Formats: sequence, C-alpha cells, structure tokens
Amino acid sequence: MNRMHGLNEISPGQKAKVKEIRSRGSIRRRLLDIGLIENTEVECIGRSPGGDPSAFLIRGAVIAIRSEDSKNILVEC
Amino acid sequence: MGLTKGSVGTGTVDNGLEIRKRSESDRVVAIAGNPNVGKSTVFNALTGLNQHTGNWPGKTVTNAQGYHETRRHSYVLVDIPGTYSLMAHSAEEEVARNFICFGEAEAVIVVCDATCLERNLNLVLQTIELTDRVLVCVNLMDEAKRKQIKIDLPLLSRRLGVPVVGTTARKKRSLAALTAALDEVIDGAPQESACQVVYSGAVEEAIGMLLPAVREKTHGKINARWLSLKLLDYDDALMEEVNACLGCDLLSDADVSAALQRARDFLSGLGIHPDDLKEKIVSHTVKKAEEICRGVVQYEKSGYDARDRRLDRILTSRFTGYPIMLLLLACIFWLTITGANYPSQLLSKGLFWIQDRLTEWFQMLGAPEWLHGMLVLGVYRVLAWVVSVMLPPMAIFFPLFTLLEDSGYLPRIAYNLDRPFQRCHACGKQALTMCMGFGCNAAGVVGCRIIDSPRERLIAMLTNSFVPCNGRFPTIITILSLFFLGSTGGMVNSVLSALFLTCVILLGVFMTFAVSKLLSRTILKGVPSSFTLELPSYRMPQIGRVIVRSICDRTLFVLGRAAAVAAPAGLIIWLMANVQVGELSLLSRCAGFLDPFARCIGLDGVLLMAFLLGFPANEIVVPIALMAYLAEGSIVDIANPGVLRQILTDNGWTWVTAVCVILFSLMHWPCSTTLWTIRKESGSWRWTALAAVLPTAAGMLLCFLIAAAANLFC
Repeated sequence: MNRMHGLNEISPGQKAKVKEIRSRGSIRRRLLDIGLIENTEVECIGRSPGGDPSAFLIRGAVIAIRSEDSKNILVEC
Repeated sequence: MGLTKGSVGTGTVDNGLEIRKRSESDRVVAIAGNPNVGKSTVFNALTGLNQHTGNWPGKTVTNAQGYHETRRHSYVLVDIPGTYSLMAHSAEEEVARNFICFGEAEAVIVVCDATCLERNLNLVLQTIELTDRVLVCVNLMDEAKRKQIKIDLPLLSRRLGVPVVGTTARKKRSLAALTAALDEVIDGAPQESACQVVYSGAVEEAIGMLLPAVREKTHGKINARWLSLKLLDYDDALMEEVNACLGCDLLSDADVSAALQRARDFLSGLGIHPDDLKEKIVSHTVKKAEEICRGVVQYEKSGYDARDRRLDRILTSRFTGYPIMLLLLACIFWLTITGANYPSQLLSKGLFWIQDRLTEWFQMLGAPEWLHGMLVLGVYRVLAWVVSVMLPPMAIFFPLFTLLEDSGYLPRIAYNLDRPFQRCHACGKQALTMCMGFGCNAAGVVGCRIIDSPRERLIAMLTNSFVPCNGRFPTIITILSLFFLGSTGGMVNSVLSALFLTCVILLGVFMTFAVSKLLSRTILKGVPSSFTLELPSYRMPQIGRVIVRSICDRTLFVLGRAAAVAAPAGLIIWLMANVQVGELSLLSRCAGFLDPFARCIGLDGVLLMAFLLGFPANEIVVPIALMAYLAEGSIVDIANPGVLRQILTDNGWTWVTAVCVILFSLMHWPCSTTLWTIRKESGSWRWTALAAVLPTAAGMLLCFLIAAAANLFC
C-alpha cells in the first residue's frame, strides 16, 4: 500500500519512509539536522503517556516529536 | 543539574568565553559533538576537571575550558555545547559554530556516539568543511560493543580523510591514542584532502562563482569555500561575526557583492530559492554521511536496542509512565529522609558538644561575654545548624539524583511530561530545567538555554523557582519531620513524610504548570513551538564514581556556600538581638514591625525576617529563625532531639505555622543568585522583577488563604 500518511498516523512498531517534509522554518531545519530527508526510514517506537509526543527511531537515534510537527512529515508505508 | 563550583552560584553567570592560555605556546583545541555523546566525559578525562556529566542532551550549555599536557604540546581544551549541526538554529549551535569558526581553536575534536555514528557524521562533515584540522573521536565504543555494533575505524578514517580514534572515555586509558592523534593533527599538514561534501552541479557552480572574490578577502582566516556557501544562504547573525573576524564589511566589497549577485541570479534562474538551497546543502551532507557509513558500521544483532525499548515500554507507557515517575520521586525522598534522620541527630549532638567545649574554653580564657556571644552563639551555632540539617539529606539526595541522571531517565521525564506542558503552551524540555532546579535554581535558569523558543524559554525561567532547590529542601524536610511525624521515627513515619514531601513537590510542579499556563494566556501569548528531543540509550551508571563525585563536588560545595553565607548571617542576627533600641532589641523591633503582616500569611515577624535575611541563600532561613527565637528566650540544650519542636511551639508555632512555612519556602522570591542569573539570561530587569513577584504572590496568597481558613474553623 503506497499511500501517503502523516508521520503521526504511524502506530508504534510500524516502519515508514519519509517522502516529504511540509513543515517550515526552524522545525524543518531541525528535522533535516537529525537526518530526516527524503527516503529516510523511520520507525515509530512508542507514545508518551499523554499520547503525544511519539518517539521515532531515526538513523539509529530515538527522537521524540510532537504530532503537531510529525503530521507535516509525509511518509509512505 | 550541573552542580559544580563553576555551575552554581555566581559561576552560573555566563560571561562569555575568554580563552585563558597558561603560556604563549598553548594550543587551543575545541571539543565538539552532538548532544549527549560524552564530550564532557572526554573533556574531564583529559583535563582532570569535574565538568558535570550526565546522560541527557543539553547538559552543557556553556563553554568550559581546561588544560592537558602531552609529550609534545600543552593544550587548552574547550568543551563546547552539543549540537546536531553548525547551521546555528539555536543559541547553543551559534555558540558552537562561532567558536569553531572564529574562536582561536587550532583544531577541533569531534566526539561521536559509536551507537549512532551515521547521524553524528553530519556534524563531522560540517566541521571538516569549516576547518582543516579535525580529529574524529568515536566514543562509547564499549556501548557499541555491548550492542554488537561493529565499526571499521580505519575504513572510516580513509573515507573521511581525517584521523579517527575509537575511545571509551569512561576508561581513561583508552584516551591515550586520542591525545597521540591530537599531537599528529596539530603538527601535521592541514587536511587538504579531507572528504568534502560535493553539492549538486548548480550549487557547486554558484560556489565557484563566489570563491575567487571571497578567497581574496578572507586571507585564510575563514575557509573560503564554506563562507561562499554561507553567503549564498544568507544569515545576518553570521555576517556580523564574519565581518568582526575579518575586520571589514565583506558585502561592501564590490567584487564580493557583484559575484554574490551573479551567483544568486544564476541559482534563481534555475529555480533554486534560498530556502531550497539550505535544504540541498543539508540533504547532501546527510546522504554523504549515509554513504560513508555503508560498510563502516555493521549491526550484528538486529535487536541491538531491545533492552532500551523494553525499558522505554515500562518507563514511558500510558499506564505505568506516570506512576513510576511518582514512585521514583517518592522513593528518593524516602531514602533521603530515612537515611538522613540518624546522622543528622548524631551530627547535631557532636557539633553542639563542641559548642559547649568552645564556651568552656572562652570562659577559661576569660574572654569578654560579647565576644563569646558573637562568635560562639552567633557564628558557630548557625554554622552547626546548617551543617547538621543540610549535610545528611544532601549527601544522600545528590548521589541518588546523579544516578538517575547518569542512567538516561531524565529525558524520559521530559518526554512523559511534554503533553501537559504542551497544554500550557510550553515546552517539555522545561521538565529538564526543573530537574536542574532541584539542585540549584540558578543552574536551572541557565539550563533553560536548551529551549529554543524565546517565549517558552522565558516561561521556564520565570517558573523555575517553583521547584525547591537544595537550599530549601532541608527546610521543608526538617519542618515536615518535626511537625507531622512525631519524634518516634519508624517505618510508617518515614514513609508518610516521604509522601508529604512528594505532595509538596507536586504542588510546586502543579504551580509551575498553572503559572506557565497563566503566562502563555497573558503576557507571553503564543502557540507552542515545535519540539524534538533525543531519548538517549540507557547506560549503567558508575555507582562508585557517582557517589564520590556527587559528595565531593556537589554536597561539599553547596554546603560550603551555605556556610559562607550562614556565618555572617549568624553574626548579624546575634548583633541585632543584642543591640538595644530603647527598651527592645533591634531584632524584636524588626520582627515586631513585620509581625502584623506576617500573621496574615500564617507566619510571624521573626520568620518573615528570616526569609528576608535568607535572600542571599535560602538554606539559612530556619537557622536564622531559630537563632532569633533563642536569642530572645533562654538558651536550652539544643542537641536534645525534640527540643527543636519545643522551641518552635514555645514561640507560638502551630501546625498552621508549619504548613505556611513549608508553602512559603516553596514559593517566595528566588535567592539573589537566581535573580541575578535571570537578569543575565533574560537581559531585562522587568522579567527579573516578575520572576520574583510571581512565586511571592502565589506563596502569600496560598498562605493567606490557609491562615484565614484555619482562623475560621479552628
């Protein structure tokens, strides 16, 4: 299934590939800095007790991202 | 909570970095790296300093420097804040970039995390772009080995074109190779053949257009290729630094600006806008890192991070995340209270026995009564109080907290608490600054630099003092155990008191949320900004070292500071109690003056005065109050447990007074150092004043309500 989702829709345990980053400004740069570029593989590892943010495995590091931001990261899974 | 000599008290006030060479021949070397890769551990191992270390990103927010001697050279090593890139998106990154770029650093050691090398290479590549003497230190090799991650260091070195050394910084021996390599880098030729990121054809062409004109101007002070790239991707703050470094306005140069215009036109002709450009630069760097890593890093076990994930599932899950957090907090408090109880009594017995001997000695020498009063009953007695009340809880609390910090749990607290903070339109990293606040609020305020958004940073700074620092902890603990537990001790009592204390802390946390929300609804309006937080792998803390270090570094230091403030305060109190103004002593006059107001908020004049006099350091509030009570009444044998409570109740304390003192010590004006730090960090007296007014108002209001309710019903 090659549908595009927001990264926030990926449930824990699922893997996906980044297709497009729609965020703007400083968060976009921050995401790029941690290595989120096109075709980067991302795995959702879990959600925090409040349901947000979620933790993602990105290039060997675990990074927590709020759904407010991750919804702008389009992925394919 | 970076609590060392340098990081609490006036040392927190960051006055920028001035490199102090010990001799002209000293070589300056910067230690850079991603957050939380063990830079500070490398730095400490090399310099023998005790820059605070901990397993969480953003712990080092200022530059620290130290010295290291090798056979060939003597070095000034500079530990710069951890950053993911040198693009300078945040204050820390700007500090890091400016130092590498414009500082006097002759070489840069980039420390990498062996367990996630690829991401770290990003920074390595950017550093290589900036300077031509780079040494890569792949740290945490033990960690990688445990996770069965294999790294081909020679291949990595060949691909990068710069020396690469694998280390386990916790083991000092493994650093010998690093320093040997550093000598080579310093003595060797500039690394001209180091791996350069090659950008897309159009970008390279644009760089080519600028390069000759820029090279003319930089005189080798700044890497011309890098600067050309930065000119294309225009950055005001950077240009100021560049101009300062070059001593001229680069863009006012006709050749440079003409070339820049041409290059920009060329790029926009191809439909590449400045925003796209930055992206192209970054994605090329990331891809290059990916390419380099291929074949260098091998994961031999697919579930190499299974243990971390398992722990995360327990510590951050929906059902167990919050309960475990509370349980851990309560446990630490319980251990602190139970463990501190007995040594505290022992210490006070010992110290007051010494006081009696001192008194005898003074009498034997026939010293005048006022001298004995001033030195023994004034200075010594307050000191004895501070030591016996503060030392035991701190000697237990700090090591416990450091263990937690070393293990990597603190970022999980921020992760767990981000949601509530988000609701208050604040940042989850505020939780980290609160944890630092447990140690010292001034350190917590400086720690707020890890928060990127200025609005959220201000909120964190203004609310930091709702978390009681180690100066207020003992006050709260002492009064809790005196008034609500009886003197019998025992298991039930200690558990109860730990629970009470947890509730008090939770109240502080609740107030933090409430005030944060209030601020973001009123004067600091805004939407929550974005949030990314790295959750590092869990590491087994080095228990022995933690205990030694936290006792030596933190406990004794904080105690020393308390003592330094307590001694003169004891003197002042004694003088005030013994200088007569008319019928009454100065002390009673002041206390009497404050009394009517203090009564409204459930305290009394003496207590309010103690809080006021405790402005330089909160730890002396209770000793001052006791001194004041004692100076007016008869002197009793304080070493006797239970007498303390007697003194207080004799002076009109009820449980309402006790509750109000606890609440007021949780919420009143921050100490002078904290306020000064807020002034420094916020750059405004207005915010500083607000930082003092907010907790004071909250505390007074709450105490007033409680006192009023108690009057009504009791």
